[in-house]
Amino acid sequence: MPEHIPVLTRRIIPCLDVKNGRNVRGVKFSADVDAGDPVELAARYDREGADELVFYDITASAEGRDIMGDLVERVASEVFIPLTVGGGLRNADDMYAMLRRGAEKVSINSAAHRDPDLIRIGADRFGSQCIVLSIDAQLRSDRDSPWWEVVLDGGRTPTGLDAIEVAQRGVELGAGEIVMNSIDADGTRAGYDLDQLRAVSDVVPVPVVASGGAGSIEHIRAALVEGRAHAALAASIFHFKMISIERVKRELVAAGLPMRMDPFAAVAVSGRPIRHSREGGNPDRT
Amino acid sequence: MIAVVDYGAGNLHSVERALRHVDAEITVTHDPSEIADATGVVLPGVGAAADTMRGLERAGVIPAILDAIDGGVPYLGICMGLQVLYEASDEDGGTTCLGVVPGRVVRFPPSQHVPHMGWNQVRQQVESPLFAGIPQDANFYFVHSYHAPVDGAPHVAATTDYSVTFTSALLRDNVFATQFHPEKSGAAGLRLYANFVRLAGQHPRDEAIP
Repeated sequence: MPEHIPVLTRRIIPCLDVKNGRNVRGVKFSADVDAGDPVELAARYDREGADELVFYDITASAEGRDIMGDLVERVASEVFIPLTVGGGLRNADDMYAMLRRGAEKVSINSAAHRDPDLIRIGADRFGSQCIVLSIDAQLRSDRDSPWWEVVLDGGRTPTGLDAIEVAQRGVELGAGEIVMNSIDADGTRAGYDLDQLRAVSDVVPVPVVASGGAGSIEHIRAALVEGRAHAALAASIFHFKMISIERVKRELVAAGLPMRMDPFAAVAVSGRPIRHSREGGNPDRT
Repeated sequence: MIAVVDYGAGNLHSVERALRHVDAEITVTHDPSEIADATGVVLPGVGAAADTMRGLERAGVIPAILDAIDGGVPYLGICMGLQVLYEASDEDGGTTCLGVVPGRVVRFPPSQHVPHMGWNQVRQQVESPLFAGIPQDANFYFVHSYHAPVDGAPHVAATTDYSVTFTSALLRDNVFATQFHPEKSGAAGLRLYANFVRLAGQHPRDEAIP
């Protein structure tokens, strides 16, 4: 682990892709997840011990952003953990609208790669802690050594930019956190791109969030240990209830990683909530 | 009625939502007479010390807040609502604060990544009804670059380690404040708000907490 960011718990972050106010992944393939109301899903993740939630607006139109604002406000009234909102945020006013509705952080992607000054403007106005730079990157082997190219529009638009350099520059401009989304790994459930994560984590002094490829608890562990990421983002494995967040965290604790085990939200192995005396004191320690 | 002081703090709405969630009767206000009549005063806060002090001065709420504290009304400060209780902060080239408790707020050492942002453990150093039902070393959510040192400081209610050990909660009689954000700290945070609401003479809705 990088020495400059000690002791903080590693984070598990479920990601919700929202289109017109509904969660889209999880609806199409699974009857388990109810009609896909993001508020209900967010509440479920909160109960299971999620450390943070990310909402991506995949409509990303002006109309979609209004719906997203309403959604953020509804989630923020029910769920009391940090919320990050991304998707189609083009300027500081778009960011402000989300922060005002209850987001803790905003995640910027395409607009920031087209105009990196947006990172500086956002950080100056709202503070670095609010600004997450999200990078979609794809492995290239057309040079002497492999590199990762920043791509836009879900991989359809190459930029020629080196993802590691973009991450470093983004932090210099004020990004407080970097999300590395591997387009190669995304949707495969075959594991995060550990080389990419390590390459970025080793050179930026802010937390790196792993994204794309989660299929198992081992994948998440590897991202946090070998990939040196500070947080792992995942969508489908949680939507489809393949693995519960609570179980992920329990196994990561067993693997020696510092995790926040919410004593109230967690469900014990027995399936019953863990009870505490009203006087406080941790039963695990007494 | 609990007065949530409105002076332009960025986390005002989050704090308001968390209090409403546990059924607190609150008024969001900068009216000194409403603050004077309140059975509890909550001071949210996020951002820089000078901005916070300027916001409080502009809103004209400082005398009312200090009167409430002197009058024994339960006070809850969040983040900057803790830091401004000290005499001064090193932030913004030195900022004079409210001086309710002795001490000076300082920046984390340069070796340390700031802001200190994320979930970290809160070690309770005193017994208090404010910690009722909250386990020792529970994780709370932090976002801050300056901190109140522990060494020699009175009124330390809880401590947290981030390369240095700092005051993560302060308690002096009716004055309670947290460096962390209970409104973003899941069930543990809601429980803390409910405990404060009870001290302010109200009946929080415990079922609202997972």
